[in-house]
Amino acid sequence: MSAARPGAGAARAVAETVRDPELPMLTLADLGVLRAVSEVDGRVVVSITPTYTGCPAMDAMRDDLVNALERAGYPEVEVRTVLRPAWSSDWISAEGRRKLAAAGIAPPGPAPRPVPGPIPLTLGVPERRVACPRCGAAETETTSEFGSTACKSLRRCRSCGEPFEHVKEI
Amino acid sequence: MSFDNAYEALADAADDSRWAFGTGFADPLSGVDTAVPAGVDGADLSAYCLMLGDDALIMSHRLQEWCTRAPELEDEVALANIGLDLLGQARLLLARAGRTGGEELDEDRFAFFRLEHEFRNVRLAELERGDFAELSARLLVFASWRLALLHRLTTSRDPVLAAIAENGVKEVTYHRDYAARWVVRLGDGTEFSHGRMRAGLAAVWPYVAELFVPHEIELRMAGAGIGVNPADVRAEFDEVLGQVFAAATLAPPEVAPRAGVGGRTGRHGLHTEAMGFLLAELQSVARAHPGASW
Repeated sequence: MSAARPGAGAARAVAETVRDPELPMLTLADLGVLRAVSEVDGRVVVSITPTYTGCPAMDAMRDDLVNALERAGYPEVEVRTVLRPAWSSDWISAEGRRKLAAAGIAPPGPAPRPVPGPIPLTLGVPERRVACPRCGAAETETTSEFGSTACKSLRRCRSCGEPFEHVKEI
Repeated sequence: MSFDNAYEALADAADDSRWAFGTGFADPLSGVDTAVPAGVDGADLSAYCLMLGDDALIMSHRLQEWCTRAPELEDEVALANIGLDLLGQARLLLARAGRTGGEELDEDRFAFFRLEHEFRNVRLAELERGDFAELSARLLVFASWRLALLHRLTTSRDPVLAAIAENGVKEVTYHRDYAARWVVRLGDGTEFSHGRMRAGLAAVWPYVAELFVPHEIELRMAGAGIGVNPADVRAEFDEVLGQVFAAATLAPPEVAPRAGVGGRTGRHGLHTEAMGFLLAELQSVARAHPGASW
């Protein structure tokens, strides 16, 4: 049995293969949710940061991490929540952005930078430059700042007319 | 495994494969250091987290009532998302309230097994659903107030509260923008939509003054560098609403504040008639099937 024990650092490799339940084309590492994996005497501690506070996928992520690591030979797994710093869409990796676009979901642009003083009100729908993930046209518009999951907005291409989802910048 | 009835199956939390029906939610503060900062009264911190958490929980419940009732699918999705964000904030805040040094209590104990007078949300959150214009007004007021509070709470001496606020600021910025755009669209729309928007604003305005009256616990927490004195965010609130009103061709309604009982209002556990009905709906299943998970 002991021969089956994976090598050092292998726990991280296993945790990195776990996929996001809502965006299954991304791994938790692509999404930037996986913050740290440590391994002491076969016991694994995984730290994850929620995207949005109400994200209902957090429980499924925890279960999937524990199951994947158990299958890989780690019977003792603890999943910890790290709340700070808060998740930012800037944490989505270059590979993650490529996978999103390939799946027809426009990846986020740079997250808004904090400005000194009160948070400014935005009365007009902000003009974001988001290219259509289907036809590549630059002319697209927001139809809703809220979408099928907390992290996405809805857009439409003015060129091909197709609706698509866009990961919001936060 | 077979069950005699659906409720029996619902109560079986051991089977994780049925998570689509909901399992027992994992602790949202799992692995987070919840030690109370030095020199801070744990009971005060707990009560303060309940205030902020109850605002979010009760407002979220009212937003959930819009599912299947919004004018367009996009707005239905938006309101459900806003409700979900607030529910997430409520879960963390109630969980934090349950871990401040004394007996450990979980979020469900606070949400489902407290009585009406133990809820500390402002009355604005509990008001009956109203029409869409009233909702837009209420959400604008609520989000503008809460965003100003959360923004200040990002520098709280309590690292847990500061972390919850940091995420909350990002979320509530979207909520405020959404509500503000609807207030402008309706206010600066047709004569009919303007009239409805004005009526909606007048319906919620009596509950605005209460938002800025500090409870003694809020004052103590502000003094300890943990919380915010809500009176301090009035100027920012007025500035934001002034911008929205100008674009929406609206003005602050001239209506008297809704009085409390001897000066006591939502933060003291004194609520409007709407609260009892809301809690009956929110709590009845949990009370009928204690220990069930969903």
